[in-house]
Amino acid sequence: MVTFAVRRLLLLIPILFGLSILVFLFVRALPGGPEAALLGERATPERAAQVRAAYGFDQPLLVQYGKYLNQAVHLNLGVSTRYRTDVIDEITRRFPATIELGLSAIVFAIVVGIPLGYLAAQRRGTWLDNLSTVGSLLGIAIPVFVLGPLLKYVFAIKLGWLPSSGRQDTRMFFDAEHPTNFFVLDGLITGNLPAAWDAVKHLILPAAALGTIPLAFITRITRAAVLEVTGADFVRTAEAKGLTRAVVTRRHVLRNAMLPVVTIIGLQTGLLLSGAILTENVFAIQGMGQLMSGAIFDRDYAVLQGGILFLATVFILINLLVDLSYGLFDPRVRQTA
Amino acid sequence: MSIIEVAGPGGFQGGEAMVQPAEETSAGLLRDAFRRLRRNPLAIFGSVLIAIFVVVAVFAPLLAPYDPVATDLSQIRPGKFPGPSAEHLLGLDQLGRDELSRLIYGARYSLLIGVVSTAMGASVGMSFGLLAGAFGGWVDSLVMRLMDVMLSIPGLLLAIGVAAVLGRSIVSIMIAVAVVNVPIFARLLRSSMLVQGRSDYVLASRSLGVKRRKIVLGHVLPNSLAPVIVQATLALATAIVEAAGLAYLGLGSEDPRIPEWGRMLAETQSFLSSAPLLALWPGIAIVVSVLGFYLVGEALREALDPKLRS
Amino acid sequence: MTETRVSVSDRAYDGPLLSVRDLRVTFSGRGRHDVRAVDGVDLELAAGSTTGIVGESGSGKSVSSLAALGLLKGRGVTVEGSVRLNGRELLTMPDAQLRDIRGREVAMIFQDPMSALNPVLTIGRQLTEVLTRHAGLDKREAMVRAGELLEAVGISAPGQRLKQWPHQLSGGMRQRVMIAIALACSPRLLIADEPTTALDVTISAQILELLRTLVADTGTALVLITHDLGVVAGLCDTVHVMYSGRIVESTDRRQLFAAPRHPYTTGLLASVPRLDQPRGTPLLPIPGSPSDTRPWRTGCAFGPRCSRHDEACDGGPPTLAEHAPGHLARCIHPVVPAVPKAPAGPS
Repeated sequence: MVTFAVRRLLLLIPILFGLSILVFLFVRALPGGPEAALLGERATPERAAQVRAAYGFDQPLLVQYGKYLNQAVHLNLGVSTRYRTDVIDEITRRFPATIELGLSAIVFAIVVGIPLGYLAAQRRGTWLDNLSTVGSLLGIAIPVFVLGPLLKYVFAIKLGWLPSSGRQDTRMFFDAEHPTNFFVLDGLITGNLPAAWDAVKHLILPAAALGTIPLAFITRITRAAVLEVTGADFVRTAEAKGLTRAVVTRRHVLRNAMLPVVTIIGLQTGLLLSGAILTENVFAIQGMGQLMSGAIFDRDYAVLQGGILFLATVFILINLLVDLSYGLFDPRVRQTA
Repeated sequence: MSIIEVAGPGGFQGGEAMVQPAEETSAGLLRDAFRRLRRNPLAIFGSVLIAIFVVVAVFAPLLAPYDPVATDLSQIRPGKFPGPSAEHLLGLDQLGRDELSRLIYGARYSLLIGVVSTAMGASVGMSFGLLAGAFGGWVDSLVMRLMDVMLSIPGLLLAIGVAAVLGRSIVSIMIAVAVVNVPIFARLLRSSMLVQGRSDYVLASRSLGVKRRKIVLGHVLPNSLAPVIVQATLALATAIVEAAGLAYLGLGSEDPRIPEWGRMLAETQSFLSSAPLLALWPGIAIVVSVLGFYLVGEALREALDPKLRS
Repeated sequence: MTETRVSVSDRAYDGPLLSVRDLRVTFSGRGRHDVRAVDGVDLELAAGSTTGIVGESGSGKSVSSLAALGLLKGRGVTVEGSVRLNGRELLTMPDAQLRDIRGREVAMIFQDPMSALNPVLTIGRQLTEVLTRHAGLDKREAMVRAGELLEAVGISAPGQRLKQWPHQLSGGMRQRVMIAIALACSPRLLIADEPTTALDVTISAQILELLRTLVADTGTALVLITHDLGVVAGLCDTVHVMYSGRIVESTDRRQLFAAPRHPYTTGLLASVPRLDQPRGTPLLPIPGSPSDTRPWRTGCAFGPRCSRHDEACDGGPPTLAEHAPGHLARCIHPVVPAVPKAPAGPS
């Protein structure tokens, strides 16, 4: 298991390198350069040259890359032209919101999806099964930016049960303390339960919108996997051994059915990053997603560069974790490269 | 968010399993698959949806009752837009334009963007895959490392990056979505070629001295057609959604007259309480078109799966 | 293998160990007609006996045993008739009780050892779970016992093997593990369904030899289901031949091979190429295929392929009649063995 993990980690290095090169080149390809962002239309050739020199754009490419890499490793991702703060600070401030959102969404998808898929497989052909099939097909086809507004309209505007945007009620936001920037957690550790509950309420709709697509996939895969495994020979052996139905289901059917499900969960978690960008936009949540989409319009290249590098690295790490967990569940995988 | 991405890094789970051994012709496989599709109710439903979508897109000028760009501000009151009526079946939008006509013309943009970006992404991707698979060795490693790096950036983020470099326009959306598709098709074709390369027919051909190009072009490529078609269908579904998503974020054309569905959705966000229906129509349109391609793509995949055949 | 007879309801019962009466299994699919996989099977087994059930695919041999143990649950499956183990009716037994019996009093091993073992559990686990379930051992005791079992089936370095996974073992070893699992709780009856079909010849021979010795040592009754006459010849005292869901011939091994009565059996025997035939002798397959059949209730199901067939065969179902002592055959025109002629007298 350990060699498997180490091997996987080593494979990461060339990819991270390649990623850094790609992002580096990307920023150099952006139209305008830093002088356009800082000076806008008031740019004279001399001032533009000054800005470029300040940002090190006048030096040979390799030198620039070296500096950039060095800075990145020390977590110096530059300064945001819009916010006038360190990019890394902006990221640290906003990433917890995205994590909260993403985590709630995937937990929602797993907690509802796996049992639903299992039940659908058990009651194959019944109304429950057909309903879940139709439901998951729809879930896959309805994008986040369609479902989000729909949920907002029904539950926030029409019914008024839940808030329609943001992470917390404005007044509560100013009153409460936010040591970690994970609003729900903050409320709990500062003993401010109403604030925690308010944060939860603000999470429900966005998490449901973001989590619906993963939910649909997880349900489908769980159902298919359970059906396939139930007909497998080793399940017949388990039955022939006289094991109780509960043991057969848990130790033989589910443990094997979960293998493809874990793969799907892993894939979906990575994609939550993409979905979060849209969800944060719909529900006006100040997370990484909003930071990124805003950075394009503001021509805040430092943020774009740092943000893409950061998010892609997180994505790679998530995929690595998924790979490793797969190795944990399926002993056959540990043997292969 | 991407339907293809979620289905699996190699294209989708079992992508390699779907590649056929040399003994079966792709043509026979497709014929077999279509026969099975005809009996699948979901596939039929999906095809109908696709047909509607394509017809509406192609014949938009004939079908749209009004000019999608013509505004009629006389009917607009602050915070109140006329809802569905006999003259305007879906009502007017916030600038007094006929919603139905905008929706119909929007289909054109979606179809165009979807088809073009998928075609671009698929051809570039398959070229990479072909190079990697045909030459092997360091070419293969280099190309696949590049593809891995591209895959390491989540789809939408990559698209945003590309759109940032190219500026805000419809073309940049097309290119962005195409770029996201490149590594997926590259991987698919390469793995297909690897599997085919081990098949008896190819080994026999090589031992007879048949030129590599002939083997690749004449045999391997045609037999890889099946998984590529499935992938292309699913990719089309994803492309429509991704393009709409990018437009929603404001990365599409800056021209406010263009009736692109994603953009229409973004514009209606602010009137969610006063005119909820306006926010609904483009959403339904997107879902219908995506659903159609997805149903057919999935049905095709099941129909071509060697495990389920015989 | 040391005997640890586990507590079993030992009500004094003197009757056959297993008694099957008119077992019928029907598969009904959506929109398709019902298929009678097993069409009235009767047989009896004595404790400690070795019995072979021979037949082609589709003869119903595997389905019979699966149905008897309640392993054929599912929509569209109907099992009728009677199966009594030590006098207790299995077909109507509630599921929980049936699960107590499976693995403990009756065990079964299957054809493909790779797919028959759970790929994500260690060998040790797959052994101990039977022991903890039926033999009341705790985890540690069970692991020790599992090691002993592996040794008994001829697996070396059992301590190592216990920690390995199925994919790390060869086919032959996996089948040995299956046998170990089956015999772990000293069942009274072991059903082996095509145990060597997926293995190559030399390994097959070893596995069969293993089965023979184990079964003889422990006094377990064995039912060996196969399509291979050779397997049966070495191992089974009694042989039943099945065709199209019914038993068509039953006798002891010697009689079956020396003087078969049913045309299907003679056909099977004749189709096996023999070393003592001159070169160039054509192979004699049974003409037609299993699908050239008819329902038993209308006549003999083998009729369409039989060389001895006539109109009387189509009149109604032939019964299983005793054509010689201890030798039953379901045929109205059985093959009569040649009586050796008296040697010619001095001219």
